[in-house]
Amino acid sequence: MPHILIPAPLRQYAGGQSSVEAPGATVAEVLAALTSLHPDLRKHLFSDQGGLRSFVNIYVGDEDIRYLEKEQTAVGASETLTIVPSIAGGAR
Amino acid sequence: MSLTPEELQRYSRHTLLPEVGVAGQERLKQARVLLVGTGGLGSPLALYLAAAGVGTLGLVDYDTVDASNLQRQVIHGTSDIGRKKLDSAADAIAEINPNVTVVRHEVALNSANALDIVRDYGVVADGTDNFPTRYLVNDACVLLGKPNAYGSIFRFEGQASVFAHQDGPCYRCLYPEPPPPGLVPSCAEGGVLGILPGVVGLIQATEVVKLILGIGETLKGRLLLYDALNMRFRELKLRRNPECPVCGDNPTVTKLVDYHQFCGMPTEIAPSEVRAKLSRGDDFMLIDVREPHEHQARNIPQALLIPLGTLPKRVSELDRSRQIVILCKSGMRSATACNLLRERGFPDVLNMRGGMDSWT
Ligand SMILES: [Zn+2]
Repeated sequence: MPHILIPAPLRQYAGGQSSVEAPGATVAEVLAALTSLHPDLRKHLFSDQGGLRSFVNIYVGDEDIRYLEKEQTAVGASETLTIVPSIAGGAR
Repeated sequence: MSLTPEELQRYSRHTLLPEVGVAGQERLKQARVLLVGTGGLGSPLALYLAAAGVGTLGLVDYDTVDASNLQRQVIHGTSDIGRKKLDSAADAIAEINPNVTVVRHEVALNSANALDIVRDYGVVADGTDNFPTRYLVNDACVLLGKPNAYGSIFRFEGQASVFAHQDGPCYRCLYPEPPPPGLVPSCAEGGVLGILPGVVGLIQATEVVKLILGIGETLKGRLLLYDALNMRFRELKLRRNPECPVCGDNPTVTKLVDYHQFCGMPTEIAPSEVRAKLSRGDDFMLIDVREPHEHQARNIPQALLIPLGTLPKRVSELDRSRQIVILCKSGMRSATACNLLRERGFPDVLNMRGGMDSWT
């Protein structure tokens, strides 16, 4: 089953876990399985229109799915899907 | 710019490195680096870049040192509490390396001043803590062709990259738009491991030095993810997005914009909402920037009178941590006042739409 790495800002919506396994052969399927396991994650990953939010990037391995087949990008059973949201923290 | 005997001795462990040498050390001495923020990331950046012999460090900060900063902002000490961060940082830099020229920019970077400030520097290191400034710094760097050593932190995790360098991607290639306010918790709410900005800031500092010396392989086109809790570094590929609004093939952002608006932050509030806030007893400051005779004729009793012309001198009476709502007769002078406070680093300032003319 593909592995999904949950970044710190979203962990509270995934039962505090840093990594979750969810079934699926494409990014869309894996994210659908992930958000049915953890429904609170949905609004952080998808807009009301259902598209992936533009401040959240999804990587399969080390590749940004925007430059692959987007949400139709295939995910192998042993591959890692990484969610990388924008974070602003730094100075104060 | 040749090195003095004192500098040759001071930097001997650098000049021994064939990749640096005396010529490289001279390049560092000639270099001008802008550090946006002298907080968690800016502290290690400033300390190590000063020690390394970067000739000119520009510091952008308007804040004062608070006790809760000391857990991670190592350029400031206990006796600096209450001082301007710029003064405290400049003293620490002078103690480490008096050869460094510090340029103090006591402002909040905004669309009106960013290009003039960034223009004077060769490399920028972005260590801010909010999205409007992140996008502002990015766009200014792209428009002026300055590389940006980027770092960002949250709790136990950090990100670093080099943006806007040569043909590489920019921050907007990675994230075309910021998250709407409230969806992502801030550092202040989320907390941060004090050591984390040390690690991430020094990754930025390393990239700054490499950019100046033109050695090694920078993080251009790579996003480095650091997980302190599990002590893991990972790397993701970044690409320049041909559709990027600022560095793409047909850019639509060709000058700086209003980044508060871009980040979805409200800039105005309806009079009815102000009334509701007052009756709920919300914690905020209401400021009337009209003249005393206008105020005498008709006013909102809870509003503090600070005529617009006296506002710059009375900024110290205001509390940056509280929401501030400003009103005037029609909303024009208060809009000017709002911009003035935002430039001084007040994060949450709202203009009462329509002013007293719309107050019923
Ligand atoms: Zn770009």
